[in-house]
Amino acid sequence: MTILVDKTTQVLVQGITGREGQFHAQAMREYGTKIVAGTTPGKGGQEIEGMPVFDSVVEAKEQFPKINASIIFVPARFAADAATEAIDAGLQVVTVITEHIPVHDEMRFIELARRQGSYIIGPNTPGIITPGECKLGIMPAHVFKQGRVGLISRSGTLTYEVAASLTNAGFGQSTAIGLGGDPIVGMSFVNALKLFEEDKGTDATVIIGEIGGSAEEEAAAYIKKHVTKSVIAYIAGRTAPKGKRMGHAGAIVSGKTGTADGKITALRKAGATVIERPIDVDEALQKIL
Amino acid sequence: MRLFEYEAKEAFRQAGLPLPPSGIATTPDEAAKVARELACPVVVKAQVLTGGRGKAGGIKFAKNPAETKTKAAEILKMTIHGHPVQRVLVEKRLDIQQEIYVGITIDRDRRRPVVICSTMGGVDIEQVADEHPEKIARFWTDPVLGLRDFEARQIAKNAGFEGRAMLHVAGFLLRLWQVFIKNDAELTEINPLIVTKDGTYIAADARLNVDDNSLFRHKALAERLSKGISEQTELEQRAQEHGMTYVELQGNIGIIGNGAGLVMATMDAVKYYGGSPANFLDVGGGATHDRMRNALEIVISHPDVEAVFINILGGITRCDEMARGIVDAQKTLPRQVPIVIRMIGTREKEGAEILEAANIPFLNSMDAAAKRVVEHSKEGVK
Repeated sequence: MTILVDKTTQVLVQGITGREGQFHAQAMREYGTKIVAGTTPGKGGQEIEGMPVFDSVVEAKEQFPKINASIIFVPARFAADAATEAIDAGLQVVTVITEHIPVHDEMRFIELARRQGSYIIGPNTPGIITPGECKLGIMPAHVFKQGRVGLISRSGTLTYEVAASLTNAGFGQSTAIGLGGDPIVGMSFVNALKLFEEDKGTDATVIIGEIGGSAEEEAAAYIKKHVTKSVIAYIAGRTAPKGKRMGHAGAIVSGKTGTADGKITALRKAGATVIERPIDVDEALQKIL
Repeated sequence: MRLFEYEAKEAFRQAGLPLPPSGIATTPDEAAKVARELACPVVVKAQVLTGGRGKAGGIKFAKNPAETKTKAAEILKMTIHGHPVQRVLVEKRLDIQQEIYVGITIDRDRRRPVVICSTMGGVDIEQVADEHPEKIARFWTDPVLGLRDFEARQIAKNAGFEGRAMLHVAGFLLRLWQVFIKNDAELTEINPLIVTKDGTYIAADARLNVDDNSLFRHKALAERLSKGISEQTELEQRAQEHGMTYVELQGNIGIIGNGAGLVMATMDAVKYYGGSPANFLDVGGGATHDRMRNALEIVISHPDVEAVFINILGGITRCDEMARGIVDAQKTLPRQVPIVIRMIGTREKEGAEILEAANIPFLNSMDAAAKRVVEHSKEGVK
């Protein structure tokens, strides 16, 4: 059991003819993901390493009706249109890798997805991986291993860091999700925690948060009320100064909100184990499992 | 990016928001000329990309053109929170009956714009929120539908306005919404929105922060930024030109990494082992060797940096590209400091070969590397 994506997921790559789209479409296929087609407007009819290219999502779906997920590598100024197109075509999981999408565009397509019941993962995310079954993202696959720990993160590279620690210690992952580093993202910790709580293949969840916003505080409130499985949390940026954006547009301590201390306290109160360094994750899991 | 008040007011003017008559001046004589044209009294306001200019003395009143000249001369000599004043806005002074607050920003947790309105304008709205939360009306708009007329009226009513006042304030909210949408704003506010003694509504101040990611739709602003006029420091600007994020801190260890979360964790690790970061540079995803070379040059340009920690975890970023950038940079760096590299992930083997061929050591563990860079940074101090 896993969440959101598995070996049956049929994937469309939007922006498949671009440099990143092409590179990662192949990498995902080599991993075993069922990449069935791609889109690039104006390049319909071409092929990329045997993968057919269509002008639109609807045309791809006509040919391959079982497509249920997409991954977007379209440049920022066209990404909102690509996401809206996928939502409109009824795809259940839309993963937006693109970074630097205008926040007004993000608010609009995330609202449209909410109305349609599609999951948006990202934007500005490494994607989602169910080790051994489906990689819908750009993450280095070798740091992940099949197992029973759920992983949810606001940071791309930190996800790899923690996944590598887990894998080295013998804890595989059921599914790992990058929520994305922008201030506005589709899927939240709460959405993902709910799915992991319901998933029979997940024994515990690791959440990797960072300063800024109150997604971690909301996660804490949700954990307290609804989560019975163990949660381990790491918060990046505890030494960040106030008022400075730490790389991610979303990572900023403004006024009293968004501090690492506030998040850590909320998560501890909700019963989560908060670790100080990414490498402490195995020790924490060993105590719990 | 933050806009100057006079730029924000131009955007307001285009949306049909009423503003006080005004003119911009870069010299005391020009300020006096504007004051003569407007007919005094006037207010002279420093144009700087930072808050708190009022408290810093950057806003002064003048009764006549001669006084305007003196006051403008004083303000044009000032540096406010590190920003030298290069322009003043000279505005006709208003007879104030009431000060109102209206603003729109983005609520990241609800993923929607939030419209804020209060009868208590002219003071810091966060302070009002703390002390008189009942005096603030908030409304979360649907980002697809936008702010509708009836919603604007309801917000004004919820804030305590009635009758004609409610209609006036609602009109301001709707025009401010146009400013918000048209300019891809992260924040726009009028504080204060003034009701004069003769019952006119005027936007006395204007604030507008535009989303950096939207600048491809706002060419004039992108051009202003490219001239180096912004709230950023020189190194922050250089990093941004290369598509990277740079943040200045207080210590003596330069930190470079790929991915904001990783760089933040690296910063935390350096502190955990007793070190102190001087700066923070995220090369972003999929960086090229050129970007890494620029990153090293920028980080080392900070005079306090005595050791550098490069933390690469390859995903979309390829280790061989990063290694090549590090090797290139070694040839051109303005000065030599110890560099500790931690590198794993995509094309790790190829990257390792490049570094080994250039005789540059590297580690696999972030914690071991953090410990080592802290040791180097302390040797520097001795």
